[in-house]
Amino acid sequence: MSAPDDVLVSVRGLKTYYSIRGSFLDRLVGRTGAAVRAVDDVSLELRKGEVLGLVGESGSGKTTLGRTLLGLVPATEGTVEFEGQDITHISEHDRRLLRRRMQIVFQDPHASLNPAMTVAQAVGHPLEIHGLARGREEVRARVADVLERVGLAPAEQFMDKFPSDLSGGQKQRAVIARAIILNPVLLVADEPVSMLDMSVRAKILELMLALKHDFDLTYLYITHDLATAKFFCDRIAIMYLGRIVEIGPSEAIYEDPKHPYTQALLRAIPEPDPRRTIPRDLPRGEVPDASRPPLGCSFHPRCPKAFEVCGWESRDLKELLERRWAGLDEAGFEAEQAAVGPMEALDVAEAHVRLAAHGGAQGSDLRGLLDKARAADPAEPFWTGVQEIRDANGSLEIDWYDPVEPRLLPADSVEVECHLYDETALAEAAERRQSRIPQ
Amino acid sequence: MAATASVRLQRRTVGMRRALGPIAEARGMARTMLWTGVGVTLVFVLMAIFAPIISPYGFDQYQSGGHRFAQLARPSHAHLFGTTVQSTDVLSRIVWGAQTELEVVGLALAFGLVVGVPLGLIAGYFGGPFDRGTVLFMDAMFAFPPLLLAIVIAFLLGSSVNSGVLVAAIAITITYIPQYFRVVRNHVISVREEPYVEAARALGAKPFTILRRYVFFNVVQNVPVIATLNAADAVLTLTALGFLGYGVQPTQGAEWGYDVSRAVSDAASGIWWTGLFPGIAIVLLVTGLTLLGEGLNETINPVLRRRSIRKVDFGAPSLEPETEILDP
Amino acid sequence: MTAVLQVRDLRLWYGTARGSVRAVDRVSLEIDAGSVLGLVGESGCGKSTLGRGILGLLPEGARADGEVLYKGRNLVTMSPRELRRLRGPDLGLIFQEPMTRLNPLLRIEDHFRETIEQHDSKLTPKDVRRRSLDTLGRMGIPPTRFRQYPHEFSGGMRQRIMIALALVLRPSLLVADEPTTSLDVIVEAQILRILADLKENFGTALLLITHNLGIVAEACDRVAVMYAGQIAEEGPARDVFADPKHPYTRELLRSTISLDTKALHSIPGAPPNLITPPTGCHFHPRCPDVMRVCPAHDPIETQPDPDRRVLCWLHGPEREIPEGGTAPLEREQIAVAEEA
Repeated sequence: MSAPDDVLVSVRGLKTYYSIRGSFLDRLVGRTGAAVRAVDDVSLELRKGEVLGLVGESGSGKTTLGRTLLGLVPATEGTVEFEGQDITHISEHDRRLLRRRMQIVFQDPHASLNPAMTVAQAVGHPLEIHGLARGREEVRARVADVLERVGLAPAEQFMDKFPSDLSGGQKQRAVIARAIILNPVLLVADEPVSMLDMSVRAKILELMLALKHDFDLTYLYITHDLATAKFFCDRIAIMYLGRIVEIGPSEAIYEDPKHPYTQALLRAIPEPDPRRTIPRDLPRGEVPDASRPPLGCSFHPRCPKAFEVCGWESRDLKELLERRWAGLDEAGFEAEQAAVGPMEALDVAEAHVRLAAHGGAQGSDLRGLLDKARAADPAEPFWTGVQEIRDANGSLEIDWYDPVEPRLLPADSVEVECHLYDETALAEAAERRQSRIPQ
Repeated sequence: MAATASVRLQRRTVGMRRALGPIAEARGMARTMLWTGVGVTLVFVLMAIFAPIISPYGFDQYQSGGHRFAQLARPSHAHLFGTTVQSTDVLSRIVWGAQTELEVVGLALAFGLVVGVPLGLIAGYFGGPFDRGTVLFMDAMFAFPPLLLAIVIAFLLGSSVNSGVLVAAIAITITYIPQYFRVVRNHVISVREEPYVEAARALGAKPFTILRRYVFFNVVQNVPVIATLNAADAVLTLTALGFLGYGVQPTQGAEWGYDVSRAVSDAASGIWWTGLFPGIAIVLLVTGLTLLGEGLNETINPVLRRRSIRKVDFGAPSLEPETEILDP
Repeated sequence: MTAVLQVRDLRLWYGTARGSVRAVDRVSLEIDAGSVLGLVGESGCGKSTLGRGILGLLPEGARADGEVLYKGRNLVTMSPRELRRLRGPDLGLIFQEPMTRLNPLLRIEDHFRETIEQHDSKLTPKDVRRRSLDTLGRMGIPPTRFRQYPHEFSGGMRQRIMIALALVLRPSLLVADEPTTSLDVIVEAQILRILADLKENFGTALLLITHNLGIVAEACDRVAVMYAGQIAEEGPARDVFADPKHPYTRELLRSTISLDTKALHSIPGAPPNLITPPTGCHFHPRCPDVMRVCPAHDPIETQPDPDRRVLCWLHGPEREIPEGGTAPLEREQIAVAEEA
């Protein structure tokens, strides 16, 4: 058994950005396209023998992080160290050697196996690639051995079958077999059971635990399912839009979740307990576009506890107005929208906006509109971020407080990236509240 | 426990047997087309292979035993399909012509596959400037009217290359390479993103290994269909070249298109056998190949394939229990 | 309570080369107006076939037998044209993948106009717009986005649009086939809230098909558990989860991983082949409580409580079980090769 304090993988300041090709016109003019910040400054450590869970919804960057670790996707910035060696930008040749020590199990068992290869061929291929077995018979023998280990026994019955002859659970077992045949030390499991039936999930998870024990594996378990993560992982990192928002020991995260997003995730999990009903107080909206993340804390537009420093901006006003109009009758909506004009004016990512009044309305009419909106829901966190509203004749100028970038800081036994746990941010917010001119 | 030789053979061929599986399951129209196509094509293939044995005379033989054949003789016992203006036997020219056709078409297909498929694989998998360059080139080739292109090439090569068969084959193949390229490349681009290809990279496989074992077999399903349909088209192109006097020269072998061009003037005089038989041969071979190709398409193409559906019988007796519960 | 839908002894079989696939094998159930029935089961149990079969949307080669009574009219024997007229204003359906069901070339506005005009051509364009915006608004879609295209919306919003499209005609019954399976967990909860509130806002009955027991427990009034083409157990969601009568339900609950899971449980073996399902009770090869009567005779449906049904020999009827039938059945271990 290895000492759990040995660090196997160390990630520092990792960023993986995908560039989106801009429109033809953009390229002509020389404007480079926006970048999707799939992984946006992540640092963590993976200790030998532990199971670290990366939990997040789609767009959180968890999958990209896993792939960057394995070198399947190039890192844009930052470093990845494996067994003390910097592997961020090693040559393809060196990386291929490294593949023997780190492997990956993918999400979709139906698509991770080559339809044109039998189970024996697929599972044995890593041995051939790395020249670790001599002759067809030896490869087959080792394949048979590992198939038995993963529960595909008797191996002879499965060796010459094609993937389409197997069930989902059997396919996933074959994928796991293929991943462990080289005796890796690190196994990245990307949603290994989310596409399997309930009664099969437990079997595969049991298998993975057994293998961890038998082969002394370290797992990076990527999932969106907090329930399986709770069971399976020692430590958990919650990711949102490319950043880690909370990380700590499993029990701490579940007993006392700190970040509002973590709290929401836990509340939202459907539990087969009839005494529960669907929670009513869920964050509104969905995960935003990763190429244009919200200012400040990315979660602030959806956060029920957001306040002065969280990064309010004009896009939040756009969403507020849209929410309001979804509940209005048609006449009301038309009247208000006529005054506001095209919504694109609010689509800028800035803490200040100058909104021109349209359709004969005045700046004061717009202010009246905002007042009505506020009166309808005074507890809406958006209003804490408004610093000043000034009306000029034909327009309204709105200033929000400058965003404060959230930092990953310790809080009890976890680390959390949230202003609610950042003394400096809280102090700043208090100051802003004090000096706010009533609007 | 070492496997016996027969078991090992079974294992090796399991992939192939599986790929051919749908052919056995074919039903209805697809099945009819497929097997009709096979039958007709097979007739011509056999004709081509056994030409020396089947054909009564040589392809340009105009005499026998010192005795010159009649010119433009009607079909008779000695000359089942009659003779041409040069006293050659029409039937013999049909049979030897089959050999010419299939030789040229076979060569053309082989060249096309050997050049087009690998190019498509590499361009599709690696992308980048090579891909963009080849796509541009291939698209340009597509823009040419195929027959015109073939004529130009046949004309240019005719003087430098001796073998008419080779000239014709090259001329025809140039127009088909872009097709194989495009089909394979497009399929590779979609397969490239599949998880199992990414898994192969994660295992540490080199790009050419991935191409060979993970990508190749999954993208070539459409190639046999296209190849057979191209073969049909190639026959037409070859006969068109022959009609115009390019490609296979009269001294090098019999060619149906050439025969038809010679027969044009005969038709005015009411001589039908010199043109009709080569014409029918062309139509039959092309139709046979087309039926084969379309039949394959209906059979292999998973989108078109209709699984055999049997009728449902609700009234069937319920299953018998396996066990008697009362054990003495 | 009036029943909007009554399914009686429904059989939906597909013909294949190897025999008939008994996707749905004598299923009966009822859905009351404004209530939510959850149909839960693992993949291959026939629940999707049942959902579509009820609406008459079966693929080629499938045959239906039995009754599906919608407000008294039998949908199985109805002509395709009449059935088509019912789909939309009376019977709605929402699918799993909303992107593939919305036409990428049409604006949302056009989707609504098309749907409404097909079934209610008497409405003026203004009325069409008002109705559409109203329904969309209840789904949380702002009117400013009415003229956008499907690809401009996220997955969760597209599903809301799909639901709005289904509801704009005010159907009496909505069938939702795995509506949240491809969505993230928070969005899933949002969508489920919308679906669970249908009865208040629209008075629509809902048949919610899913493999996720948690969803059913939280969102449904009643639940029907399906296995190998048959309903194993049916009753109020609360009671079925608190006190499952059928061993399959019990085992399924035990193998569901939730936040309280302390140990992993799974059901040995794999779901059966529906062409030749096991004799007698289809679950018997995997059942921990199997008795000798189970493989020998088809189980008879009983009502252990007035409001519940179960298809299991453990619950009788006593008089139908032959002598010695209740003794436990000896059988070999399920071969590992049979494991899923």
